[in-house]
Amino acid sequence: MAAGPEIERLIQLLAKLPGLGPRSARRATLHLIKRREALMRPLATALEAAADTILACPVCGNLDTISPCAVCNDPGRDRSIICVVEDVADLWAIERSHSHRGLYHVLGGILSALDGIKPEDLSIDSLVARASAGDIVEVILAMNATVEGQTTAHYLTDRLAESGARVSRLAHGVPIGGELDYLDEGTLAAALRARRTV
Amino acid sequence: MEWSEPGIILGARRHGESSLLISVLTRSRGRNKGLARGAARSRGRGAMEPGTLVDATWSARLQDHLGLWRLDAGTAYAALVLEDPLRLGCLEAATDLVDAALPERQAYPVVYDGLLAVLEALGRDDTWASLHLRWELDLLGSLGYGLDLAACAVSGVTDNLAYVSPRTGRAVSMAAAEGYRDRLLVLPRLLGGIGRTNDWSQGWDLIDGLALTGHFLGRHIHPDMETPLPGSRTRYIDRMTRLMAFSSGSSLQD
Repeated sequence: MAAGPEIERLIQLLAKLPGLGPRSARRATLHLIKRREALMRPLATALEAAADTILACPVCGNLDTISPCAVCNDPGRDRSIICVVEDVADLWAIERSHSHRGLYHVLGGILSALDGIKPEDLSIDSLVARASAGDIVEVILAMNATVEGQTTAHYLTDRLAESGARVSRLAHGVPIGGELDYLDEGTLAAALRARRTV
Repeated sequence: MEWSEPGIILGARRHGESSLLISVLTRSRGRNKGLARGAARSRGRGAMEPGTLVDATWSARLQDHLGLWRLDAGTAYAALVLEDPLRLGCLEAATDLVDAALPERQAYPVVYDGLLAVLEALGRDDTWASLHLRWELDLLGSLGYGLDLAACAVSGVTDNLAYVSPRTGRAVSMAAAEGYRDRLLVLPRLLGGIGRTNDWSQGWDLIDGLALTGHFLGRHIHPDMETPLPGSRTRYIDRMTRLMAFSSGSSLQD
């Protein structure tokens, strides 16, 4: 390739990002070079600052630049409810919904035989300790509706049984905008089982 | 090359942004892996879970290649038991065990038929647990490590069989086991033995049976690994043991 080693290295690094292949990485690199002052330098500064300051919250596992994180520090949060999520991306997704004003707990993965992830690899002990502290009324298990996600949820339900907190999980069923004709039979069966009186 | 056959999904893991690397068990072609492009983002993602029955089409330029899947989902058995921890645990233990135990691209029709029977029973009635136990025994037999539970290895008698030798996998009668009982594995009533006692519940019988099959599966499948059997199988037995300790275990009886 005609590009110098610095440009080639930039392309290689960008190509490692999710959603970017070598072709997209080349386009992104050219875009950055064309907007060196407006975009490339601020981006480099932001990346360096983030790399230096971002850390995992010692309480909930969320990513932030302060410790404990902004969610754990927020006095407006309902501190009697913990929502358990698989990773930070799920936490962000729930925050986007503006429907949960309690605290979080990031597990750092789910039980998986395929990936060799065992209970001791996840932050389950710290969750049990938080839920058993006394002021927690409810723990919401916001796991994926997959075999591994629900297996993890069942395991957590067992572990949290002694904590005294009520354990709930997300509903399974028809998504907003979903057409019954296109739903798989498992989702439909789950929706029928979870029907409620209107 | 290309072939099509019904199959059962054993596991699916994300590959890149939108694809899934899926392991499928078929009756005449055994366990096969392939890439399902776009499956992680498609509307049918929910069906690409362990235990789903699929019409599978596998294609690749050469037979040695990983290959690409076209999967048309049928019954998603996991979705039917997602809220039942014991049944879901059984499903995961069975699919994980097949994925860990069977070599790729070798046909094991008995294992396929048995797994399908277990999956069908999971959403239907209470025979699933005993079917699962017998299926594990058949799995051992299919892999060439079948247990000989028909007659006593010492005396040749066919009744009062109570134990199994952990070394040879052969049954031992109650009389012949005298003096060695603490070193032998219990042969449960579900597998033709007399169990521990006459009033021994079927739930505990199942746990004895899973300990028996687990001993030989662990010895023959990845024996060099620290935990040769899938963690999901261990958790399934732990849950069943806890359930039996706190209840009569009526839901486990067939």
